Amino acid sequence: MDSIIFLILRRMRAPLLAMVAVYAVAVLGFVLIPGQDDQGRPWHMGFFHAFYFVSFMGTTIGFGEIPYPFTDAQRFWTLFAIYATVTAWIYSIGTLIALVQDPAFKRAVTEQRFARRIRRMVDPFYLVCGYGDTGSALVRSMAQRNQHAVVIDIEPLRIEELELEAMPLYVPGLCGDAAVPRHLLEAGLEHRRCEGVVALTNVNEVNLKVAISSKLLRPDLVVVCRADSREVEANMASFGTDYIVDPFETFADLLGLGLRAPCQFLIHEWLGVEGVRGLPEPVYPPARGLWIVCGYGRFGKAVIPILEAAGIEVVVVEATPERTGMPPQGCVLGWGTEAETLREAGIGRAAAIVAGTNNDTNNLSIVMTARGLNPDLFVVLRQNEARNERLFQEIRADIRMHPSRTVAEKVRVLLNTPLLHRFFEVMREEDNEWACELASRLAGLVGDRPPASWEVEIADEDAHAVNRALAQGRPVDLGMLLADPRRPGRSLPALALALQRGEWIERLPDPGLQVAHGDRILFCGHARARPAQAWVLQNVQVLAGVFRERESRPENEHSSVRG
Amino acid sequence: MNPEKVVFGFFIVLALTLNFGFVLGDMDDPAHHPVYEFFAVVVVNLIATVLKLGDRTQIGAVLLATSLVAVLQLLAASALWTYAVYVSAAGLTPATMASVVSLSSGAVLANVISVILLVVETVNLRR
Repeated sequence: MDSIIFLILRRMRAPLLAMVAVYAVAVLGFVLIPGQDDQGRPWHMGFFHAFYFVSFMGTTIGFGEIPYPFTDAQRFWTLFAIYATVTAWIYSIGTLIALVQDPAFKRAVTEQRFARRIRRMVDPFYLVCGYGDTGSALVRSMAQRNQHAVVIDIEPLRIEELELEAMPLYVPGLCGDAAVPRHLLEAGLEHRRCEGVVALTNVNEVNLKVAISSKLLRPDLVVVCRADSREVEANMASFGTDYIVDPFETFADLLGLGLRAPCQFLIHEWLGVEGVRGLPEPVYPPARGLWIVCGYGRFGKAVIPILEAAGIEVVVVEATPERTGMPPQGCVLGWGTEAETLREAGIGRAAAIVAGTNNDTNNLSIVMTARGLNPDLFVVLRQNEARNERLFQEIRADIRMHPSRTVAEKVRVLLNTPLLHRFFEVMREEDNEWACELASRLAGLVGDRPPASWEVEIADEDAHAVNRALAQGRPVDLGMLLADPRRPGRSLPALALALQRGEWIERLPDPGLQVAHGDRILFCGHARARPAQAWVLQNVQVLAGVFRERESRPENEHSSVRG
Repeated sequence: MNPEKVVFGFFIVLALTLNFGFVLGDMDDPAHHPVYEFFAVVVVNLIATVLKLGDRTQIGAVLLATSLVAVLQLLAASALWTYAVYVSAAGLTPATMASVVSLSSGAVLANVISVILLVVETVNLRR
């Protein structure tokens, strides 16, 4: 606040001096110039009357000549005084308006306001560095889940976009370089409610700098970073960055999952992706046959080892192997956008094509050309820019990969439902049939909508009533947490995916399992089950109703849950 | 030599000298306290105050504070004087004149502090 006041005062010095001088001269003139009273006797205006007259004259050009009509000499002086005072006023007001529009002044005001907002944050928040496609997707989904965030981006345009966007929560945005520690501190790195830092800029070095600054200044914070190269990843891991997300590795890993266990891939799509309309259909990437991979960049390099590990024959198409490096199995020279190259790669007998260059136009062209030559192809398409969304929707690829969205979704799961992230990890220990059974149970619960997932901690904040019942020694099992509070005897359209007790994680815990204080439970199911469940968790009366219901019908315990 | 400093010092010292000159004389005798001189004191003090605006140093802040005190005292004195001459039925009594002068004397003190601070700052300057 200080700097703004001082800035105003310093700029207003000259206009104020001019005002004082003009008023002084005008008043003095009226006092010195002789006048006449109503009887024609000589009369001198006092300082009081002179100041009174000049005051209203300057601002309104007069109520008239008072207390007596002026002599010509006085009128002559009035003429001078009018122009002088009006000019001084215009000068002062003009300076003030120019000051308000001054970029330095505006910046000072914005920074001040931002700092005040950050100081007043009372809810836990995450610091998100970079508000591009990834950052905006992440912040939007966090805001929808009532999770506060503070954004830093170097582009003023992006911060303006953030201000214009209709978020459910207020998200403060700072325009600045996240690689400068001062900006991180201004954005609340040392704030006691800061829970973690997410570095999602498109420059690896900046992400690295953010990670190292955060780990040095606040070692207790969760730091999540995007990294596009192995060296940077290794560097980040070396000083304890909690999660490092590489979009291409993440996607390749998921593709591998799709080849190995399509149902697990499906569950991943259902639970890990937000904002999809309808329940995504299962996809079955061909696990044998020829795959043509166009582009041997970061994407191709991540995908090819996964395909080869699954025993798939791969042909690489790359136009500039001198820049990307020559793949060990050799490559077909060309972009893949022309029929000739694709024929040379063996498109006629191919089972799948991966359009994975860093150019959206080329990727679209590859898919259209390839489909013209072989309509039955399985298509994996890489989308680089969010603004091409409409075109990529139209082309209906079997699997679409958007690096920014991949990162945003992974980070969202990490921050909002860490237990879901653990669940995805332990799910891989199960086989495909287990996942298929889970998928059909889920589909039965939610119909044609994507399932929602949420985490509950058996503690006072999340589950007041349950916590109290446990403290009184009354056992509560999972089936009771899934009881429908409005329809006694029925259960909610949801199921418990995982229960974490300390380091131990139970997959698909039995409804008869008794919960304990401190358990974290991951539920998933119909979106309306969550608010209904909150009644059972939090309201002592509602939970008592569930207890009564359970006692009255002990013989068919959990029947509705299992059915 | 910095012309800005010359103007700055000039007005601060002038504010004190004019103010001092106005206060001199019998306290309750209007003939010893000309209204023109009082007008000059008010104007010069206002100018001195504006000149001190926007200085972020510690000494600048104290300088501004002393000037604000002086201006406040002088405005009170001028309001009192105006009231006595134009509004009050009794007119300008010796008692009123005495309080106008005493208010102005307070402004003298504030201006003295201002000049002392100016001198201190100048002495502290290392060549």
